[in-house]
Amino acid sequence: MDQIILQILNGLDKGSAYALIALGLTLIFGTLGVVNFAHGALFMIGAFCSVTLNRILTIGYVPEGAEAQSVGGFSFGKPKEVPYVEYWFGEATGQAIVDWSVPLSILFAIPVMIAIGVIMERGLIKHFYKRPHADQILVTFGLAIVLQEIIKFYFGANQIPTPAPEAFVGSFDFGALIGMDPGVIIYPYWRILYFVFALALIFAVFAFLRYTTFGMVVRAGMADRETVTLLGIDVDRRFTIMFGIAAAVAGLAGVMYTPINSPNYHMGMDFLVISFVVVVVGGMGSLPGAVLAGFLLGILESFASMREVIELLPGVNQVVIYLAAIVILLTRPRGLMGRAGVMED
Amino acid sequence: MFGLNAKDMRSLVFVALLLVLAPILLNPFPEGSPLAQFNAGYPDLMQRFAIFGIFAIGFNILFGLTGYLSFGHAAFLGAGSYAGVWMLKLLTINVIPAIIISTLVAGVFALLIGLVSLRRSGIYFSILTLAFAQMAFALAASVLTPITGGETGLQTSLNDPRILDGARESSNIPTPSLFGLEMGDSWQLRVGDWLWTFNAGYYICAIVALIGFYIAIRIFRSPFGLMLKAIKTNQNRLNYTGVSTRPYMLACFVISGMYAGLAGGLMVSMDPLAGAERMQWTASGEVVLMVILGGAGTLIGPVLGAGFIKYCENIFSKINKSVLEGWFSVFPDGMADFMVAIVYPFVGKGWHLTLGVLFMLVVIFLPGGLVQGGQKIGSWVTGRGRKKSAGAATTTPAE
Repeated sequence: MDQIILQILNGLDKGSAYALIALGLTLIFGTLGVVNFAHGALFMIGAFCSVTLNRILTIGYVPEGAEAQSVGGFSFGKPKEVPYVEYWFGEATGQAIVDWSVPLSILFAIPVMIAIGVIMERGLIKHFYKRPHADQILVTFGLAIVLQEIIKFYFGANQIPTPAPEAFVGSFDFGALIGMDPGVIIYPYWRILYFVFALALIFAVFAFLRYTTFGMVVRAGMADRETVTLLGIDVDRRFTIMFGIAAAVAGLAGVMYTPINSPNYHMGMDFLVISFVVVVVGGMGSLPGAVLAGFLLGILESFASMREVIELLPGVNQVVIYLAAIVILLTRPRGLMGRAGVMED
Repeated sequence: MFGLNAKDMRSLVFVALLLVLAPILLNPFPEGSPLAQFNAGYPDLMQRFAIFGIFAIGFNILFGLTGYLSFGHAAFLGAGSYAGVWMLKLLTINVIPAIIISTLVAGVFALLIGLVSLRRSGIYFSILTLAFAQMAFALAASVLTPITGGETGLQTSLNDPRILDGARESSNIPTPSLFGLEMGDSWQLRVGDWLWTFNAGYYICAIVALIGFYIAIRIFRSPFGLMLKAIKTNQNRLNYTGVSTRPYMLACFVISGMYAGLAGGLMVSMDPLAGAERMQWTASGEVVLMVILGGAGTLIGPVLGAGFIKYCENIFSKINKSVLEGWFSVFPDGMADFMVAIVYPFVGKGWHLTLGVLFMLVVIFLPGGLVQGGQKIGSWVTGRGRKKSAGAATTTPAE
């Protein structure tokens, strides 16, 4: 029992990331009909937004009269730098700002990601609506390589540790909450936060589509683009904004993921392949399907990583997602919640 | 001749000449001159030209003819590589069994994957092949370590059985050979300042590549090839007229996989080491790039694309900051620094950036690849009527 709960919890944080990326992919696919292979790169750029903000916040100066640092009598030669934020806001506030740089990056990442998304759509993807899907895949694949290499050039190939705020370090004793022995099911605070954050973001996107006029027009455009255009509504402009929002969702998923897994330049590609599988399993073009499949596959993966399962079927943790995808595609060709008539070629 | 029409014969002869004369053609600059860094006529690189040429030709049979975009072709290359190394380990150090068995193993592998993947088309097919390839990669790198050598890779060793070879006294690990002709053997010819290296392994690759190219031409011109083109144009229509496309697609997929396996077999014959990273999806992406860059659906395109990418990879990777500074030293100081700063991200370790940019440019502006570009330039130079060039462009390249 405790094992089962633990594995479900473990699956939730990865599942959240899958669900958020797949949600963005499906939004782009559902609105613009474009298969975006660069979406993983957007997730990665989001993660590097938080790295960038962290670096900006820790730009420092050397106070006058500071002594060279020394540990146990060994001098490092350079005096310690003090970040400007500590100088401006006082030491305590400044340190808190640096400590909370990852959550703060959300504010930084939203405009950046929306801008990147809109530029991408207007500058490149706009020209590919009429071209075959193979061309769309290829050009976004090329774009993904370019974005990845640019990040690699500026940030290097190594993982960059980006710690969570101190308040979230440590683990939560989940077992004690539901009446089990303490210490059986413990779960890091940040992962809980990530899950809650992902849920909030997913609900925000759904609420935006469901309860705003803008969202209503977008949904109408997804269902029947031509009619909406004939009614004199500029669908293209709204879809461009949706692309920006999808990029922001992927970016925020990346920002919040940095404390769980230190970002490196190819993290996007690693997630992208699985996210595509998630989209296909959920049903191409179905937003709830993408979210559901994301969480399900995340949990499935974590169950397959249990020691007992691996002893029974070695290597199953590596391939279970792909196996699930193959089974689903062959038995339910439209995916879990796919609609008829979407990408049925 | 060989059942080809004049035009195909010309492209076969063209490829044959390219392959035979490659050691000379690729070394256009005298040794020791400052431009010698652009020479590509050394055995290792030429072997890669031929091997990736085969890989790209095989991929083009699938993608160019039927329009099915497989994102998992590297899995067949990897399967062929492993089979090849095992043949070199168990049977004999002679390369012929290795090449044949690796082709067959990849064919069987493609048959199994094809049976499942080809039930869907379009983007689903791409994702299914990608999923299979990633599965193969994940398994090869972890659980199948006894068979694949895991992350260190599989290689020949001194105590391999090699049952056909008999006892060997030598204490060195034997290198792959063809009836005693070792793959590393080279003859060097010096003409004036030029040094040309003729390598045994390269010529074996070249002969196989030429045969592969010939078979590809025959497939393109056969009724089978026409059927594949029909699948690309309108599969529904074929279904309505009562033609089952599955057997054709499956045959095409297996042939394409066998080409990849052949390339894998040759790769380990030249250098008996097979690693799991050969199956990763970036490797699959690379062959897609080669075919698109050269011109999908054309005969000669994939060969050119493979050569172009491998050549650029090699040359760009070698350029470093001091080489750049040497080039731009003719400019005034500030401008030289500026030029170095602009160009530097694209060379050396940044080669992939150039590749990505190049790839995007080709997909955006030149969907027919280098072949289409060549035709455009050709018709522009000869000043032929615009109508005619437009007609030529629509018949040869795929979209």
